[in-house]
Amino acid sequence: MAQHQVNYASSAGLPIALTTVDHLVNWGRSNSLWPLTYGLACCAIEMMAAGGARYDFDRFGTIFRASPRQSDVMILAGTLSKKHAEFARRLYDQMSEPKWVISMGSCANTGGMFNTYATVQGVDRIVPVDIYLPGCAPRPETLQYALMMLQKKIRKESANMNKNTKQNLRLV
Amino acid sequence: MRKYTPKDNVQGKSYYTDRFWVAPRVPREEVEEGSHFETVVNALGSQVKESYIEVGQLVVHIDASENFAVIKTLRDECGYKQCSEQSAVDYLAQDGEFELFYQLLNHAEAKRVRVVCRIKKGEAIESIVPLYKSANFAEREMYDMFGIKVNNHPFLKRIIMPDDWEGHPLLKTYPLHGDEFASWYEVDKIFGKEYRDIIGPENRDPAKVERYDTKRFSRVGYEVPFGADISEGEKEQAIEYSETILVNYNAGTKQLDERK
Amino acid sequence: MSQQPNKLTPFFENLNFERDDNTMVINFGPQHPSAHGQLRLVLELDGEQVVKAYPDIGYLHRGIEKMAENMTYNEFLPTTDRLDYIASTANNYAYALAVEKLLGIEAPRRAQVIRTMLLELNRVISHLFFLATHALDVGAMSVFLYAFREREYAMDLMEDYCGARLTHSSVRIGGVPLDLPAGWLENLAAFCDKVDYEVEHTYEALLTENRIWKMRLENVGVISAEEALSWGCTGPMLRGSGVKYDIRKEEPYELYSELDFDIPVAETCDSYGRYRLYMEEMKQSTRILRQLIPMYKKTEPRLMAHAPQYISAPKEEIMTQNYALMQHFVLVTQGMRPPKGEVYVPTESPKGELGFYIKSEGEPYAYRLKCRAPSFFHTGLLQEILVGTYIADVVTIIGTTNIVFGEVDR
Repeated sequence: MAQHQVNYASSAGLPIALTTVDHLVNWGRSNSLWPLTYGLACCAIEMMAAGGARYDFDRFGTIFRASPRQSDVMILAGTLSKKHAEFARRLYDQMSEPKWVISMGSCANTGGMFNTYATVQGVDRIVPVDIYLPGCAPRPETLQYALMMLQKKIRKESANMNKNTKQNLRLV
Repeated sequence: MRKYTPKDNVQGKSYYTDRFWVAPRVPREEVEEGSHFETVVNALGSQVKESYIEVGQLVVHIDASENFAVIKTLRDECGYKQCSEQSAVDYLAQDGEFELFYQLLNHAEAKRVRVVCRIKKGEAIESIVPLYKSANFAEREMYDMFGIKVNNHPFLKRIIMPDDWEGHPLLKTYPLHGDEFASWYEVDKIFGKEYRDIIGPENRDPAKVERYDTKRFSRVGYEVPFGADISEGEKEQAIEYSETILVNYNAGTKQLDERK
Repeated sequence: MSQQPNKLTPFFENLNFERDDNTMVINFGPQHPSAHGQLRLVLELDGEQVVKAYPDIGYLHRGIEKMAENMTYNEFLPTTDRLDYIASTANNYAYALAVEKLLGIEAPRRAQVIRTMLLELNRVISHLFFLATHALDVGAMSVFLYAFREREYAMDLMEDYCGARLTHSSVRIGGVPLDLPAGWLENLAAFCDKVDYEVEHTYEALLTENRIWKMRLENVGVISAEEALSWGCTGPMLRGSGVKYDIRKEEPYELYSELDFDIPVAETCDSYGRYRLYMEEMKQSTRILRQLIPMYKKTEPRLMAHAPQYISAPKEEIMTQNYALMQHFVLVTQGMRPPKGEVYVPTESPKGELGFYIKSEGEPYAYRLKCRAPSFFHTGLLQEILVGTYIADVVTIIGTTNIVFGEVDR
């Protein structure tokens, strides 16, 4: 009989046997990432081409969902203007946990070639970003690679979301 | 002393200028006898201050108060049924005026006319929405970008910038990177003024290098743990470019004159 | 895990939902799968019918016109790519043509042949994209996949030529930078055959006589010719309303005066007519491309205009001749100084009349550059054309006006 007190109510009830559950949960999450259709500008066209027949996005288990409540990943493809920044944040807040963000293209990463008054210089001023994709516009294969990297990142996460691992800590 | 930068035109200037360059003009031709453009000029009569043909299109200079009448004549009598474009050019620094232009198209004859007029700063212009519905959006954009008010417009509100934006972006006094209101706009709107310090100012320098940042850069070949401190006590020194150096007229003067 | 606190409140302050006449206000928001980009439409609905529509744009405003006042003419060319990002060469070409008219120079023959080929290829790309997204919005999802398959072949061609799939920058002021690679013309001929076959046997076979397609598209989005002219509609929107005006025929540029092609015009002013118009235009584009392929061999291999004051010499001369190197250096660092004056040059982009108004004061940076974007005026048209339609037709109409928000907001 265990001498120490094990409080099963805290920590989402998962103090024991975390490895296999972690594995299973992360396998499920990473292999069916549903992106939110958030194409803003030219990168949206490459995102659509990635979803087309040649660079098939569906084989990763992704289905583009229009509603933020049903999606896991927000792929910010294109320039985020200051007028739109508010809505990007709203949609990010409306997504349910667990959620990730891929910032696609130079405009989303850092404002890109549009170093002007109306462009948000980097989407990470507004939402916390997991993967940054360089390119202008990045090829569809680059987007697939980014998704694969995100899958790798998810598989390393711990299923216990209350634990203070560095993967679970988000800056903003 | 700070280097002198002119305040009435803060747009970029070329790095090296040719002091003795005199720019040629795009050639302008006279309106020929008996051509379609001559009928147009005659139909407008005394309202035309100046007219010529430039790059195959007729350019007509008029008085700003007559723009509605002139364009109505062009539409009804000369058959210019479409207004392709209208906008303004900011000449406030040189003359204190805006130069407005309307680009009209006669699709039956495939001819184009540009109607040019000048208004002073603070003056308003009469709307041509009753004549061409495309002016609805085009005049709103002119108002949004330049601050030129349009009389009798059905819905004169900002169209391209957000509704609560301050400043008119395409004026020559508006900097390309935006003034202070612009640079904090999205932070203030979403998170509030308190988060300005947390999020930090915008990085407008495309060549910015953060030497000791190990959280966002991966240092291929010289990897360190995430967030490790590699500065060894040294502070990050910002790279200075020549434009930001203050001119010091008092320090380090060489003794050039041997007589002193 | 706690959410970051932010100031955003539910977005109902500016929309009054309780109205006396029981109309409902819907926000067709800036993020929407059928909004073709970032269009926000505030629709007032009476049941299912739209009573009032107010398009709100500006969500992709990047300050491109202001950038032009701060960059040299050659530096600005890649920025024009991002205006109508579906057919990038069309914007590059419109800008390059405007500057060339300002300078008063003309591109050499081979460059003209290559440019016309690229323009027509971009027209096919853009019309395929129109078909794909329009069909996707209306509901025919497989057409989206088929059209993107053809687009991939076309983008392979563009990538062979200039290295980029989407944002080409394949045209320079004064000509083109690169010659066609080996085998490109054969691939282009094969592509033309493929497109012709597919347009007839896949897209038209699937959609033209389709009962559902016809029911969704006929009598939807009707614009009369006077309305279209008044609202500033150009291109397929204008020709879809019966006005036969195509800038390639009326105000010809490049080699269009020497080529043999027809201008399709639709008499029924609705979306179905415009759809047929787009299909026919694709066939005419392949016809033009086939005529251009033999013209290429008869040209001498000069790619850029000879105007040493404004345009750098070819690379071989720069690398070997001293004066060419000096002039190239000056043109790149200072920038070229065009004559003083203003110019407005309209071209026929796949979306409509794309024109650039450039006002120059003799400085290396333009004094004012205004881009006349066809989609801007088509979006203005939406506030009139959407009234009285059902909400399902709203999606069809947005698709048929073929708006691209890079152009609308600049």
